[in-house]
Amino acid sequence: MMNQISSVQSAQTCAHKPASDNAIKCVVWDLDNTLWHGVLSEDSKVTLRRNMPEIIKSLDRRGILQSIASKNDHDLAMAKLEEFGLDEYFLYPQINWDPKSSAVAAIAQAINIGIDTLAFIDDQPFEREEVKFSQPAVRCIDATQIDDLLEMPELQPRFITKDSEIRRRMYQSDIRRNGVENQFSGTKEEFLATLGMSFKMAPAGEEDLKRAEELTVRTHQLNTTGYTYSYQELDFFRTSPNHKLLVASLDDKYGTYGKIGLTLLECNQEAWTIKLLLMSCRVMSRGVGSIMINYLRLETRNKGLRLLAEIIPNERNRMMYITYKFAQFKEIEKQGDLVILENDQSQIQDYPDYVKVEISS
Amino acid sequence: MTTEVVKEKIRTFIQGYIQVPELKDDEDYFASRLVNSMFAMQLVLFVEKEFAVQVESEDLEISNFNSVNSISGLVARKNGVGHS
Repeated sequence: MMNQISSVQSAQTCAHKPASDNAIKCVVWDLDNTLWHGVLSEDSKVTLRRNMPEIIKSLDRRGILQSIASKNDHDLAMAKLEEFGLDEYFLYPQINWDPKSSAVAAIAQAINIGIDTLAFIDDQPFEREEVKFSQPAVRCIDATQIDDLLEMPELQPRFITKDSEIRRRMYQSDIRRNGVENQFSGTKEEFLATLGMSFKMAPAGEEDLKRAEELTVRTHQLNTTGYTYSYQELDFFRTSPNHKLLVASLDDKYGTYGKIGLTLLECNQEAWTIKLLLMSCRVMSRGVGSIMINYLRLETRNKGLRLLAEIIPNERNRMMYITYKFAQFKEIEKQGDLVILENDQSQIQDYPDYVKVEISS
Repeated sequence: MTTEVVKEKIRTFIQGYIQVPELKDDEDYFASRLVNSMFAMQLVLFVEKEFAVQVESEDLEISNFNSVNSISGLVARKNGVGHS
């Protein structure tokens, strides 16, 4: 019944949903005569376009990522951006002499988002055409439209959460972390021990619901049932006496990962049933899902309750199925596609000693 | 592939992920640690790819993956050896 995932690669990259709406997740800027007036290689005294810092900072606060595709000398251009106080706003800037279609593709790949979620802004019709030809899914915008940019519906996210405001910084922490991990010579486990991780989980507050909805909508590979829940449904569960909605967050010495995990439990006198367990793909190598499950095992055992879990196995959430099975869950019932698992609570491990765990429910 | 070659490949893979100074073939490395999802997935994919077997839902028991011996036993069973 479970399809194979064909390569190890599929486990490492977190497949993204095809953009269900037109939302743009990353704006890629040209520099000469777009971000600034003038051509840097001809005039070192280029001046910023009107309102540019405000536009860049507004997009950043909305959680929209930004990058650069510019044909320029990399070091000179970055020094100029630094002079303007804007260098920190751009992820994976592509400043070189390659075609801009390669630049946008490299950016989408590095950030790990669908190329159809990118917008590219350039004053040169030639560059826009070149990108449009090779990457037709990229939204190409003429620099003359920059003044209207903040009003464009594609650049108005439905919600702006705390995690949106820090999204770019979370990516930057990831870049530093990944750099260290790639250089690290020990085992994965030894690397995790160097991170100084701190895991927290608590009942969702009203302020967590937007992020919770975003997590259910954005995450499917690590979602045990594939169900998505609306803000209203989540709010109902949050306040229902028969349910628990718990939200998890993770921090380490490089910074915060934000709210990265969610679980929905149905609770009665006899058992807790995990209706939904999901985590952000950014933390799938961090053991967060196992910590959540371990907590539920300990808590139900202490209360003398059974622990059940619902899962709809498919080729995309195989990792969650394996996580459950390796955490001593066994299949006890099938209802169509839905599989019910029950936990054997006889042997429960401690939390890893390299993670500080604080949980309340 | 001899059993010893299979075991050596398994040991090398495991030791890239978890700290076990001298991994014994019957050592249950999951007894004392939580399994992270990524490692569990990578372990299953490693077995499928390296030994060209398909791990089915019913094979996904921790007892098939918790030691070098149990993985090599699973591989042998999936390849139709080990049964008389």
